[in-house]
Amino acid sequence: MSKRESDEVTGVETTGHEWDGIRELDNPLPRWWLWVFYASIAVAAVYWVLMPSWPGLTSYSKGILGQSDRQAVVGELQALTAERGAQAARLRTASLDEIERDPELQAYAQAVGQSVFGDNCATCHGTGGVGAKGYANLRDDVWLWGGELADIHRTIQVGVRSGGPDARFSQMPAFGRDQMLTPAQVDDLTEFVVALSRRPADVAAVRRAAPVYVAQCVACHGVKGLGDQKQGAPNLTDQEWLYGSTRQAIHDQIWNGQGGVMPAWKDRFDPETLKALAVYIHANAGGR
Amino acid sequence: MTVVIDRSGPTAARTSPVSAAAKARGPAYVTGLYKPRQPIYPKLVHGRWRAIKWALLIATLTIYYVTPWIRWERPGTLPDQAVLVDFAGRRFYFFWIQLWPQEVYFLTGLLVLAALVLFLSNALFGRLWCGYSCPQTVWTDLFIHVERLFEGDRNARMRLDAAPWSLNKAWRKIGKHAVWLGIAFGTGGAWIFYFHDAPTLIRTFWIGQGPLTGYIFCALLTFTTYVFAGFMREQVCIYMCPWPRIQGAMLDEHSLQVTYRYDRGEPRGAHKKGADWTGRGDCVDCAQCVTACPMGIDIRNGPQLECINCGLCIDACDEIMDRVGRPKGLIAFDTDAAVEARAAGRPAIYKLLRPRTAFYGVALAAVSGAMAWGFSVRTTLDLHVLRDRNPVFVRLHDGAVRNGYTLKIVNRGFEDETVIVAFDGPPGARIKTPAAASSGASLTVVAPANEVRALRVFVTLPPQALSAPNLPASFVVRTSKAEARVETTFLSGAANTP
Ligand code: SF4
Ligand code: SF4
Repeated sequence: MSKRESDEVTGVETTGHEWDGIRELDNPLPRWWLWVFYASIAVAAVYWVLMPSWPGLTSYSKGILGQSDRQAVVGELQALTAERGAQAARLRTASLDEIERDPELQAYAQAVGQSVFGDNCATCHGTGGVGAKGYANLRDDVWLWGGELADIHRTIQVGVRSGGPDARFSQMPAFGRDQMLTPAQVDDLTEFVVALSRRPADVAAVRRAAPVYVAQCVACHGVKGLGDQKQGAPNLTDQEWLYGSTRQAIHDQIWNGQGGVMPAWKDRFDPETLKALAVYIHANAGGR
Repeated sequence: MTVVIDRSGPTAARTSPVSAAAKARGPAYVTGLYKPRQPIYPKLVHGRWRAIKWALLIATLTIYYVTPWIRWERPGTLPDQAVLVDFAGRRFYFFWIQLWPQEVYFLTGLLVLAALVLFLSNALFGRLWCGYSCPQTVWTDLFIHVERLFEGDRNARMRLDAAPWSLNKAWRKIGKHAVWLGIAFGTGGAWIFYFHDAPTLIRTFWIGQGPLTGYIFCALLTFTTYVFAGFMREQVCIYMCPWPRIQGAMLDEHSLQVTYRYDRGEPRGAHKKGADWTGRGDCVDCAQCVTACPMGIDIRNGPQLECINCGLCIDACDEIMDRVGRPKGLIAFDTDAAVEARAAGRPAIYKLLRPRTAFYGVALAAVSGAMAWGFSVRTTLDLHVLRDRNPVFVRLHDGAVRNGYTLKIVNRGFEDETVIVAFDGPPGARIKTPAAASSGASLTVVAPANEVRALRVFVTLPPQALSAPNLPASFVVRTSKAEARVETTFLSGAANTP
């Protein structure tokens, strides 16, 4: 190393670097800084011993503290269940109406309901609950099986055409496909239903269809077409229908008589969760 | 430091301004890669600035230790501690003020104010904060005082450190460290009282049932106090604190700071009693200013990064000036501009009002005003509105449209409030919660004391009210005392209607 020059003011050697006439003094670092550096190394060594840190061929070094994130998560989940125990217990004992009226309990039920809905119901009914063609909209005020809290709770429990003994079950015959009615009769009936939903329709066709409606449809949809929630028969006087409200959609439905399936959830969830789900859906449908 | 002082004139006829201390430290610079701390043995001085330092030390420590023990009655189950940072309950209590996490901007404002005060005081008087009220300074001062009680003043202490181990040395050292640790523990202990009910914590702490964070922070602060005030002292100020690096930008040549008046002191040199003072400066080169300095520097080298403006060198020098029969104030709070002016034979001008200080002053007034205004319009009732996004609206069987909102009604008061929630929008609106319907556009709910009530609300507009796809509206919450309003919209999708 060449001889280094000293700074004339302080007497300190310079590093020999120069930028725009400014030279860097070769001042030593403070010693405590060195100690902190050594301490950091020591901490790292202790960490290796205590905590899992080294990869191996088949496994990894476990560390003598036996720290495991997986186990920590299990523990935290258990703690969470315990912490929620009190609220969950109240959910179990309270009636549906009580849950809805108690702000705190309702908020809890909403939170539970929302997450369960997102995981299980959103697949068919959409994350916002507005459904799609063939899948019921749970946000409006049109309900096939009743929109009261108790009705919703029951529907969730037993499902629709789920195969269970108590399942909701409605049957719309396939009038056209099964040749119960002639194609002309189906066309007339379509006009009749359009008229029922308060839209302009072919008056002659409606008149022709009237006796057919009385013979085939009144049992479920009623004389005035108001439907029957006990049988899951839709109200034909509004225009919010599961399979659509256009003439083509109505014709298709009379011809084929479609009906969807919803699973029964009572064997999947505990009673608290079922209640929470019902409260969540009811609340977001604006209640009734 | 931005200030450059030209000392090349005849009054400052020094060829090399290397101080004695710097020369003495010389060899240490070159021998190692790492620099051991040079022990500093500040000598006890007496005088005006020392007295102010004592007074501030007692005042600040008293405030620190006593504050958590002040009680303040609050209703119900709310804490009765006057000053409390309640992390669990997410509240900050300060006497009659109660801050919520949402109001953290008041804290931000306070920090901005503190920064501006610091800037302004720095522009006017240099590092007053550092020298007088910084916790690092206060506790270091206290620790040095304890050190003096056990080991004596500068000379005695230097002798003791150089002496071989003896019983005398041992008990003094052990005693000093014991008291230091006691103070450090007291410091950490007092800190945690700001975060928990103090009378409860002091009991549970000793029987091992205090909160874990309490023990951790007590230990942490005990450790840092002991190490920072006992061992690292000026090293914290020089190497760890960012402020000395920034504060140079706040200073200019008109800032009053501890200054060696070289116009008066130079040329310096030993002085015999009775000898003539003509042709020489007042500095008798006694180095008392250096021995008094807790930062271990020589103020006669001019403004330095290390100097914390504590004024102890002023007291030390004033004593000497008294003794040699010269006027006090060879070292004094003075400005570089004044010293320079006098050195050049011009009268010194002091400018407290400068663009810089005026700016800080105006900023200070503006921020204080904004804070005061924010506080005066602060109500105990607050409202936040989140509108449903999925779905944004729902069409009902009769053609009406319903929108869902979540209202957060904040009641910062200490009592339950009956709140009227009203939808202020197109006529014909009906508002309801999942549990209860109202016949019109408003309904009544209870907002529990000191809580946020989340309320699901549905608003239905009849078909004839749907004049546009996007209708401006607002929610109003009202109690007998306060009102809050939030603008929102009602979406109907009217344009997309088939
Ligand atoms: S130079 Fe004087 S004012 Fe500055 S730190 Fe030292 S004693 Fe204090
Ligand atoms: S204490 Fe005053 S007289 Fe003594 S060396 Fe310092 S400035 Fe000079």
